[in-house]
Amino acid sequence: MTDQTLQDLRVAITGGTSGLGRGLVGELVERGARVAFVARHRDDVQRTMLDFPTAIGIVGDVSRKEDVHPIAIQILGALDGLDVLVNNASSLGPVPLRPLADTACEDLELALATNLIGPFRLTKALLGALAGSARAGGGALVVNISSDAAVTPYENWGAYGASKAALRHLSHIWDAELAAEGIRIVSVDPGDMDTPLHTAAVPDADPSTLKRPETAAREIARLLAEMTRGSVLAEVGR
Amino acid sequence: MKAAATSRQGPRGARLLSVDEHGTVAHHLAIDLPVLLHRGDLVVANDAATMPASLHGLHLPTGRPLEVRLAARRSLAGRDVARFTAVVLGAGDYLTPTEHRPLPPRLKPGDQLSLGRLQATVLDLLGHPRLVELRLSGASEEIWEGIARHGRPIQYAYVPEPLAIWDTWTSIAGRPVAFEAPSAGFALDWATLRAMRSRGVHFATITHAAGISSTGDPDLDALLPFDEPYEIPHSTAALIQETTHRGGRIVAVGTTVVRALEHAARGDGWVWPGTGIATNRITSATNLRVVDAIVSGLHERGSSHYELLRAFHTDRALERMTEHAEASGYMAHEFGDAVFVVARGVRLKADTTIEIRLPEMRASA
Repeated sequence: MTDQTLQDLRVAITGGTSGLGRGLVGELVERGARVAFVARHRDDVQRTMLDFPTAIGIVGDVSRKEDVHPIAIQILGALDGLDVLVNNASSLGPVPLRPLADTACEDLELALATNLIGPFRLTKALLGALAGSARAGGGALVVNISSDAAVTPYENWGAYGASKAALRHLSHIWDAELAAEGIRIVSVDPGDMDTPLHTAAVPDADPSTLKRPETAAREIARLLAEMTRGSVLAEVGR
Repeated sequence: MKAAATSRQGPRGARLLSVDEHGTVAHHLAIDLPVLLHRGDLVVANDAATMPASLHGLHLPTGRPLEVRLAARRSLAGRDVARFTAVVLGAGDYLTPTEHRPLPPRLKPGDQLSLGRLQATVLDLLGHPRLVELRLSGASEEIWEGIARHGRPIQYAYVPEPLAIWDTWTSIAGRPVAFEAPSAGFALDWATLRAMRSRGVHFATITHAAGISSTGDPDLDALLPFDEPYEIPHSTAALIQETTHRGGRIVAVGTTVVRALEHAARGDGWVWPGTGIATNRITSATNLRVVDAIVSGLHERGSSHYELLRAFHTDRALERMTEHAEASGYMAHEFGDAVFVVARGVRLKADTTIEIRLPEMRASA
């Protein structure tokens, strides 16, 4: 396991109080990372901090423009910089799921605000810190949580699928543009998981057929270990 | 010179006045900065983000309104945010020029201040009715939340629109440790950094807690800049050493970078990595040991920013620069136009076409 330690890696996770986000907070804390997580509701944030006392909880809504810099300030104040950002907070769009023709324009805008514009704004606000991490150690990473709905045009998943497809494409373009700065931006599809979001989308799904969010969190932790080894070594050597 | 009255966070639309090592003045666009740099030069910028350091609230003993402007602290550490040196102004806001703002209520040690969700205690008066040492209550995360949600960027009457936090962040902004924007960094955006790289120009950063530029009181202003903590990463110190060794120029983006690098080199002339507190002043009497050129905003004669430029060039050259700027309507202050000043007599000394490799460096004790 030693080659996959994330000791002192500075990681921020949005949507950190449920599903995959919560699983990631636990997994990364366990591996020694310094973790800050963001969620909308103060009581959820406080509950998660009770479960993971070394993680720093931040109350904020990434879909709101005026929340993004206060969130960034609190992340950077808590961690003294940043090596990895995981844009995990997601909105399903209108539930129950419905055809695009029955989707209100405002609901599509909301899905885009949470799944595309929010991650764009937060990444942009944290880009200076990530570039600093890259210059100091040789690698910084942004993980944008995606979905197979970003690739396959599932009926009734229009607002979610279109916003995740846009985020996936944004990730690829940004990755190409920022490679020279030493910042990688990747889109990761964790698979269908047994999470509150999936239950809202497919209420009658059999949970035993779904991946546990903790399993997906372990897979993403391994990805972080592989992609940030340079910065981890730099941290250790500091 | 007129002050730029609207915010701008990048070089697009800004102008750049250059003064070369012979004192020759020339006009450019800010986006053309990379053209003025040579292969093998190293550009060093301050990557501090700006905290919203203006906190409005109440002086609880009298119930009167006041504005606290956080102005300095001892370190850059995120956990060390309980104690600040602060300038306290009476009722009103930034639309009233600072020099016309009333004094705050008479402050004494132990006074409690209510600042939005933050609670502060006056620890000490620092020899002036406007200058105090404060302690903010709560854990560091609670203090950060209070500053992030309640604080507003410090601003001045010449920009009438209220600034948002993002107006005060440069493209490269990282840790939120500056009290006002390290505004020379507005001359950089990611396309500029890319253009510099493609010309073989190297880029590095330091983090320096840039302080406030004006207090509204001449006696206090005479004390500026306050002591400012800074951090120089290993990678930056190594690049400076290598660039100097090869005869490339060290180009500082902003006065804070000059202050930090010259302070770090005050011992043996080499910039060592690590943290420090800049207590030095850069003036016409300063012998620059590290920095060869500066990118800065335009500021009035007599301001501390202008004084710092006198370390780079003769008064005659700076006077000529200012005349050019005034005649051509350059805009001053943090959202205005820029200057690029190469120190008198700097010339390329050696073969700078060799690729720089980072040497191993050990931290200084």
